[in-house]
Amino acid sequence: MMRLSGQNLRCVRGGREVFAGLGFAASSGEALAITGPNGSGKTSLLRVIAGLLVAAEGSIALDGGEAELTVAEQAHYLGHRDALKPALSVLENLSFWRDFLGGDSGDAVRCLASVGLDHATHLPAAYLSAGQRRRLSIARLLVVRRPVWLLDEPTSALDTKGQDLFVGLMRDHLAGGGIVIAATHTALGIDVREMRMGGAP
Amino acid sequence: MTALSALMRRDIRIALRVGGGALIGVLFFLTVTVLMPFAVGPDLALLTRLGPAILWLGALLASLLTLDRLFMADHEDGSLDLIVMSRTPLELACAAKALAHWLAAGLPLIVATPVLGLLLNLDGSATLAVALTLLAGTPALTFTGMIGAALAVTLHRGGLLLAVLVLPLSIPVLIFGVAASQAAIIGPLPFGTPFSILCALSLVSFVVGPFAAAASLRHGLD
Repeated sequence: MMRLSGQNLRCVRGGREVFAGLGFAASSGEALAITGPNGSGKTSLLRVIAGLLVAAEGSIALDGGEAELTVAEQAHYLGHRDALKPALSVLENLSFWRDFLGGDSGDAVRCLASVGLDHATHLPAAYLSAGQRRRLSIARLLVVRRPVWLLDEPTSALDTKGQDLFVGLMRDHLAGGGIVIAATHTALGIDVREMRMGGAP
Repeated sequence: MTALSALMRRDIRIALRVGGGALIGVLFFLTVTVLMPFAVGPDLALLTRLGPAILWLGALLASLLTLDRLFMADHEDGSLDLIVMSRTPLELACAAKALAHWLAAGLPLIVATPVLGLLLNLDGSATLAVALTLLAGTPALTFTGMIGAALAVTLHRGGLLLAVLVLPLSIPVLIFGVAASQAAIIGPLPFGTPFSILCALSLVSFVVGPFAAAASLRHGLD
């Protein structure tokens, strides 16, 4: 049983306070949807959890995780940017992240099949559409197992079939004891606890 | 270990593919060196005397040319976020990226040196001396240049800033690189003295470069 929690978080960017006194918690098998208007700090919160932004105050802890690893090292971050190299093929992109992120990793080709990209394994990523690029990024979540998924607008650019597919993948992840924290404007299609962030001050 | 070799393999692969930039450096090096005899004139003795300096300047500028993409490309597409988050220490990841950059962009310069030495009227042993000093010195250029690349990563138009930041750091390497080459060709200093200092500069940059770059990357993320 794992529990990811943050307490009394304060984030300052460019001299402006984005949020303050913020707390959240999510346990194994639980999904937390962060909603709120543009500029309310959803992405900032995800980046703070991912260790990519330093919180001005507060702390984040993953209870029940591996003690010697940080929260970021046990999390996947799916951001606005796809982290794909246009010069490399679909399979090369995914194999790189599998080898680099390491840990408990699976078969790249099978993961591509489960996001519906197995027909394009040798296509350079430069030729992928926005939706296909997103699918390839999602395959990264599958190829290396990490208990925490931090998702920023995960379903943007996905077609309805892709969204259904992603809902299934999130369900599997939650059923396996994972944690999902997603910043989103649209319904995710799974049982979530909603956390609303205030408007821009 | 697999993580670092995967990172290096990826960077080298990207550099060698179309638009990757590994060949741009060599082409630039070639252009500078080929044009130089035309500018200096047909005085063969003068060319021999200037040869090592011209080769070193060409190599220095060529290695700077593609250095700004070292972290910029990864920053733009979000890969850098994942590299920072990963279980691989950022210092080692930086070192692996710099090494890959040197293998793809620095090593070809050294391979091209014997051919270009002919154009500058350098004989076999002189060319060998220059190539040897480049082999010992260009890693220092890459590893100190990496610090500037990391500092410039979050800034737009960082390429120009990179040159301003990095060039002063590369002056010692240039001085001792050319001094060692000259010592081998005309003396009177023994080759070993400036060459050992050049090697020392490279070794220092191997240690300082990755730590400084990782620190500035961590600080500069937003």
